This record gives sequence, structure tokens and C-alpha cells, in this order.
Amino acid sequence: MSGLESDTETGSEPGADPMFGGYPAEMDRLNHGAFDEMYDGQDLRSSYSDLRTSLADLAHGELETRVEALASSYLDQGVTFDIGGEERAFPLDILPRVIEMEQWARVEAGVQQRVRVLEAFLADIYDAGQVFDDGVIPRSVVTTSSHFHRQSAGIKPPNGVRVHVSGIDLIRDNDGEFRVLEDNVRVPSGVSYVMTNRRAIAAAIPETFAGHRIRPVAGYPQKLLTALRAAAPAGVVDPTVVVLTPGVFNGAYFEHALLARTMGVELVEGRDLECRRGRVMMRTTQGLEPVHVIYRRVDDEFLDPLHFRSDSVLGCSGLMNAARAGNVTIANAVGNGVADDKLTYTYMPDLVRYYLGEEPILRNVDTWRMGDADAREEVMDRLDELVLKPVDGSGGKGIVIGPKATSAELDELRGKVLADPRSWIAQPVVQLSTVPTYVGGALSPRHVDLRPFAVNDGNRVWVLPGGLTRVALGEGELIVNSSRGGGSKDTWVLAGHGHPPKVVAKPAASRAPAQQQDQQQDQQGQGSSHQQQEQ
Amino acid sequence: MLSRIAESMFWIGRYVERAEDIARILDVQTQLILEDPAIDEAATVAGVLSVMGIEDEAAGDGPADRAQLLELLAYDRSSPESIAATLGAARESARRARETLSTAMWEAVNTTWRAIPSGQFRSMRPPTAFRWVRDRAAQINGIADATMTRDEGWQFLVLGRSIERADMTARLVAAASLASGAAWGTSLQACGAYEAFLRTYKGLETERGAAEFLLLDRLFPRSVVFSLNRAEQCLTNLEAGSRADARAGFTNEALRLVGRMRAELEYRSLSDVVADLPVEMERLQRTCALATDAVSRRFFAEGQATAWRGDVA
Repeated sequence: MSGLESDTETGSEPGADPMFGGYPAEMDRLNHGAFDEMYDGQDLRSSYSDLRTSLADLAHGELETRVEALASSYLDQGVTFDIGGEERAFPLDILPRVIEMEQWARVEAGVQQRVRVLEAFLADIYDAGQVFDDGVIPRSVVTTSSHFHRQSAGIKPPNGVRVHVSGIDLIRDNDGEFRVLEDNVRVPSGVSYVMTNRRAIAAAIPETFAGHRIRPVAGYPQKLLTALRAAAPAGVVDPTVVVLTPGVFNGAYFEHALLARTMGVELVEGRDLECRRGRVMMRTTQGLEPVHVIYRRVDDEFLDPLHFRSDSVLGCSGLMNAARAGNVTIANAVGNGVADDKLTYTYMPDLVRYYLGEEPILRNVDTWRMGDADAREEVMDRLDELVLKPVDGSGGKGIVIGPKATSAELDELRGKVLADPRSWIAQPVVQLSTVPTYVGGALSPRHVDLRPFAVNDGNRVWVLPGGLTRVALGEGELIVNSSRGGGSKDTWVLAGHGHPPKVVAKPAASRAPAQQQDQQQDQQGQGSSHQQQEQ
Repeated sequence: MLSRIAESMFWIGRYVERAEDIARILDVQTQLILEDPAIDEAATVAGVLSVMGIEDEAAGDGPADRAQLLELLAYDRSSPESIAATLGAARESARRARETLSTAMWEAVNTTWRAIPSGQFRSMRPPTAFRWVRDRAAQINGIADATMTRDEGWQFLVLGRSIERADMTARLVAAASLASGAAWGTSLQACGAYEAFLRTYKGLETERGAAEFLLLDRLFPRSVVFSLNRAEQCLTNLEAGSRADARAGFTNEALRLVGRMRAELEYRSLSDVVADLPVEMERLQRTCALATDAVSRRFFAEGQATAWRGDVA
């Protein structure tokens, strides 16, 4: 007995632990106030205690061996992404990120709320536009968005769903609170890595895996297929669903193939499709066969050369007409980009109150619109301490991080913002939360974000318990994009022993939305310098 | 099945088979150059290159040697006939049909290909490298056999493999007929048929017998007739839905071409067939090419997209 006890004691003493012993010191050196998800100063957080105990049992050097096996297994399976035509293995860190049931319940409820609002908003602006008349958001915000497509106006999706799949990017601020960084409701990618990461990590550290009760993520393709079938045009009993990919040279081709394979549907390219008399057909060895639901992974602009870019070879001419005729469902709907526009984002808290009469469960990070004269004036004085983002940018393009910019760059930025204020927002610099990450033979804190995926089948918004954790592998680096040297982590959402706690949204104080536009500006907390990536 | 996927399956079959056959040919020929002091290295190399359809210009100045042969047909990824390039093409096709292939099949093709950019393939010495290619091809084919459903995709895979095999065996036979007496033994070895041949023909090693075995044997899986038979079967299965051929003739052009070639080989007298083997074999290769075109037109042509011409000036 006494032997057992002393084991436990030495196990919990940081200095005696070769794996995590040096970690708190690394945190002191690197974190600058960022929230660490494993350690609270010198103290281990309870969610990570099982992880540390089981990893501490590994023999010295064993972790290195497993890290190598992990990397080569991804190359063998072809889990890759493309950068400029070169195929690379997606870096996966061996240490998982653990999220406890209570924290997850909040994320789940928050994401569901968010998706419900985005659906209501899109349905409204592509129809009557009640939200403009009620003064919640200026009509110009929507109509000047480059992702607002009049071609979509009046197209009513069969089961009312436009956001079949969404990825809501979250970060944890310095207090550990989950905040929404941006919404992705066009073609959010990354879910395939959630599934492959889980399998690879389960194989790499089976002892640790077995010691946790982790909610599974393998059910995603079935949920997606169910939602897509539910979205089929009325009257189609057994709809044919296809995944539309831009082709093997697309960075996310691996994901498109995996989703098609695991749903058991065809993976088509634009040239496999043909529109005839308002119906979409695919070319098979037995001739043309009808298609009813297209889960497209091609951007709006390239989808239909008849309505959008006429030089596109990735889409199929006539798709929009077929969708308008109600013969095919395009998922996600065309024109969704207006809802994840960075300027629309700043109105989200008001939209939550307006459409649902609830307070937002997950708060935005602080954001100033450069279109507002007062905000612009304040930001112009503090350009060197803030992060400026173009509202149309993606993949981190055009973002200027004030503290890291030269004065010449700031002057240039000032000119650009003043010339076209509608196109810019400003946020404070904030550290993302950190999680221990295996880098160069030791564990060191690295910054992470989280993208939970939600599938809407028209009856219920289902949130995949897990989501994609992206990690910036460079020391002190805040940019997690895979195209900028980011990797990923398996995300373990723990299952509890009873029912998950219910998160109920608070009713909004007032339902007169017009007066609430500036409320989100009063919100506590920090913004973020984390940048968005390709969706 | 999507036309584009069907096409990919067909080419996976062809490329994997081609890589294996090139490895077999190189294995035997390089061995010969080493073992037989009487052999003219330059002539042998030139012979192999011409059988593989590589013109002299590609081989560079002067008579090609063994090292150059290996470079052109095995290691050089930029040479379209090399094993490295062929395995790369097989993997590219597989990547395009990835959602249709079984995971095991995809991983077999992918791990095989990975040995090439990683330099592992080049670092293997010739006999080991050729054995490795044969083993990998056997593994890919075996996994396909064990994990794929016998649907259209499978038929296209086997069709591609069979047409390629008939074509490559025809090349081997042509090469043997051009060279001196020992060449027939070599060709038999390249097909892995030497022992089977000796047993079948009770040890009587004659050129006529060897040609008969490689061309016409109904039981040996690498013979031309066996391969054409398999191709015919696949085409028949693919056309199973349509009843057009039930009463008279064949509407499928590829089926007609392959069937006619097989019938000609089988129903003509052996002396007639072997009278002018090089010409005969060239005809066979041309038939394989025509059949491939016909398959493309019949099954894959739907894959040719119509382009939207937005701005007509």
C-alpha cells in the first residue's frame, strides 16, 4: 500500500516527471498571459491528469519512436494536403487535446445557436429582408459583400436548410473562455482530419486512449449523408447524392475523396456533370444518370459558368437554373458567404437577439468596424497595437499585425483603410490558448484554435463531438493555418457519467433590436490576432 | 459507375501490369548481358529498347549500354516508359479513383509509389529492384482480388491488365524472333514460364514450341490467347446489360477486335502464324491499341466535358 501511495505522490510532483517536468517553465517563458489548457501555473488541470499519468508510464525514448511511426503512417495512407502542387503529409501532434464534458456542452449549445441564427439570417436576406427594415443590420452591409449573390435570391431550399455543414472557429481567451473568431458556412474543410487523426492517435498511444472515455467521431459521414438526403428535392424517394470536387489538384482533395468513400456516394468533377432541361445528370458508363443532391466543395464563383465566372472549368453550366427549378439541391447553398463575411460577424450578437430572443452563448472577440467613424478614429490612433483584417480576406491574406509592422507598413495600411473603410475591421492582439505539443524531442506550449463542425438536417443541428484543433508549430507563433506551417491535434471530448449539463441561453434583455447594435462593443475580454485560413 | 472512374480503373490495371512486365524483361536481359560472354551488349540493349518502342534518339549518342538501359526503363522518372514513371502513373490514376478503391488497395498502390520519390527504389540493386516490383505488383493484384467486388470497376481493372499483358507478351515474342536461339529461353523466363514450358513440352526446347506456348497456350496465364480471352470475357460482362449482341455479331468494337485477333491466332495453323512473327506481333500490338481506343470511345468518351463558352465575340 505504502509503495502505491508514494508512487502517486512522486507522479504528481512536477520536478520528478521527465516528460512534463520542464513544461511549466516553458510556459512562463513563452505564454505571456495566454491560457494553458493543461497547467494552471504549476498545477495540473484535472482534465489532463489521466493523460499525464498514462504518458508518464511510457519508457524513455518510447514517445520518439511512436512519433516517427505516426508520421510515416500518414504518408502511407496518403493523408496529405497540397501546397503549390506539392503533396505533404499533414503534421499531426502525438499529444491530444482534452475537452471536458461541461466545457463541451457549452461549445455545442453555442454552435447550435449560432447555426440557427445564420440559417434565419440567410433565409431572411435572400427573401423579404425583414432584418433590414427592422434596422438590425444596414442593407448595405449585405449588398456590398462580395459573397452576396443575387442569383440566389428567391431560391427556396427544399427543407429550408442552407447551412448543411458549418465550421465555427473558436479560440480560448486569456481566461479560458471559448470565443467565436469566425463562422464558416460556405465550404468549411478539415473534418476528414478529425476522423483520420482519431484513428492514428488511437494506434499511436493505445494505453492512454483506453484510459479515457472519448466520444467517437466516426459517425460524421452518416450524419452528413442523412442531412444531404433530407435536403433532396420534394418527391424524390431515393435521392442520388454526389460530392463535387474541383479535382485532385485541390488542397482538400483528400477530404473530398474520404467523404465520398465513407458516405458511399460518387465523387464527381464538374466535367462529369451535365445539365439538361433543368436537371443535372452525371456521365456514367451506362449513359446519363440523374443527380439530386450535390454536396459541392467548389466555391460559388466557379460553380456555374452561366451565372458566375464564365471561364470556370470546375463547375457545370446550368446548375443554378436546375436549383431554381427545384430539381437539384446544392449544399451548402450558393450565396452563404454573406453570412460569414467578417463585417456581418460584427453584427452576430445583435442577430442572435433579433432572431432568437436569446443572449449569445459564445461571445465574439472584440471587433471594431472601420466603417463607423468613431471607431475608425480610435483605431487610427492605436494602429500599432491592433490587428487589422480585410473583411473579404481568407487564408491570412492582407492581415496586418500592428505590433509587428514597420511604420511604413502602418502608413500604407492607414491609407488603405481610409480609402475603403467598409473593407476593414480591427481587433486587439490576443494570445490563443496553449496545449503541450511535441516539438524537437520535448514538450512545449503551442497556440491552438478549435473548429467544431455542425451538420443541419433541417430538424436538428448536430455538432460533431471533437472538431479540428489546429496548432501553430513555431515557438510563440499565433498563425495556425496549415499553409503557414500549422499542424493539428486529435481533440478528445470526454463523455461523462450521466447526462451532459444543459446549457440554456439567457433571454435577451430587450427585443427591440435597433438599439442594441453597439452592445457587443461593450463586451469584456480580448480579441485575437489569430488569422483565418482558407475555409 | 462514372466514366472518369472507369477510365482510372482501366489504367491502374494497365500501368501496374506494365511495371511488372518491364521488370521481368529487364531482369532477364540484364542477367543475360552479365552471364553470356558471347553476347553483344549494345545489340541486346538496342533490341530491348526497340521492343519497348524507345527510339534511338531517346537513347542518346552512340550505342547504349546496360546502365543506360536501366536508367531509361527502370529508374528515370522523366522517361515515360520507365518503371518509376509507370508506377507514378498508376498511383495518379488510383488517386483519382480513390473513393472507389478499397482502402487496402489504395494503400498498396500508394506505398509502392512512395518508394520512388523517397529514393528507396533507386537504392535497390537491379535484381532486388525487379523482384521488388514483381512482388509489389503481385501484392496489388492480390489485394484487388481479395477486396474488390466484381462490379464494373473490377471488370475495367482486369480488362486493362489483360490488354496490357497481351501487348507485352507480343513484344517479348517479337524480340525473341529477332534474336538468336537463346532468346526463346529468355523470353520464357521473363514470363516466368520456363519451367511450365519444359514440363508441358517434355523438355523439348524448340523455337516453335516456345512460340506456341507464349502465344497460344490456353492454360498459361501470361500467354497472348489467355490474356485476349480474359479481355473478351470482361468486355462481355461489361455489355451484359445490353441485349444488342444476342442474335448476331457484336456491336462493341473493342470486343469485335479482340475476339477477331484471338480467333485468328487460334484458328490459323501454327506455321502460318510463326512464318513472319515480327509482322504478326506488330499487328497484335496495333489491335491492342485499337481496342483501347474503342473502349475509350464506348465507355469513357462520355467523360469529355462540354465547355461553356461564355463570351462569344
